[in-house]
Amino acid sequence: MVHIKRLQEDGADIISVIGEIDASSSIELDLTIAKSLGEGYRKILVDCSALEYISSAGLGVFMSYIEEMKDKNVPLVLFGMKEKVANTFSILGLADLLFIRDTKQEAKKLADELSV
Amino acid sequence: MSYQYNIGCSLSNLKGIREFIRNSLKDQNVPEIEMSAIVLALDEMCSNLMIHAHHCNPDHLLELHVDVPTRGKFIFEIIDDGSVFDINEFHEPELDNLVHQKRKGGLGIRLVKAIMDNVEYLKRNDKNVCRLTKQLKVD
Repeated sequence: MVHIKRLQEDGADIISVIGEIDASSSIELDLTIAKSLGEGYRKILVDCSALEYISSAGLGVFMSYIEEMKDKNVPLVLFGMKEKVANTFSILGLADLLFIRDTKQEAKKLADELSV
Repeated sequence: MSYQYNIGCSLSNLKGIREFIRNSLKDQNVPEIEMSAIVLALDEMCSNLMIHAHHCNPDHLLELHVDVPTRGKFIFEIIDDGSVFDINEFHEPELDNLVHQKRKGGLGIRLVKAIMDNVEYLKRNDKNVCRLTKQLKVD
């Protein structure tokens, strides 16, 4: 079960993912990122501080946007991950493919640098 | 000690599978990082079976067994009567290719292989048994 909230700060769309993302709920994350992109946001941050669990279905959603974000020059930066969630990303070596930061401030800073 | 859980092949049941695994291991002093990884591996195997072997038909059942060991070798079995998909014969695509093709799948098997020590398939009473083993240092 996952709840997803969006709010906007300094021109960035901040997507908060609350709960668990598995094969039954990853579609909600997918639709939310697609919506954010569709609405034309130039910086997308994903707040993972309340994300308790993610399986490959959720990881696959982030992976599937890497090329599109690069093409559109829209940085997608994840932040605030708990250790157990970060471990899932690192098992696959995704930390090298995705932009991941510890805090919202760091994520915003990176998004600003990347979107110049 | 061993535990068993039977569940229909609906993706909405994955949460129940994760809770079952956690409950089965909760008294074993398994570190949280290891616990989360094991739960993840079982979720991945079950969701793969539900989707590919059972087309998410909730009337089809998976039977999960957990054997909690005396010497830290944990055995997890998933038993079903669908078609067998041996992940040992599956060659995972390179991460770069997944990114390039914008594919959302292909990561689960990679996770299971990275987390578990061994994945093997056997037949028992005409059913498929997928056995995953994990050796842990527990107190």
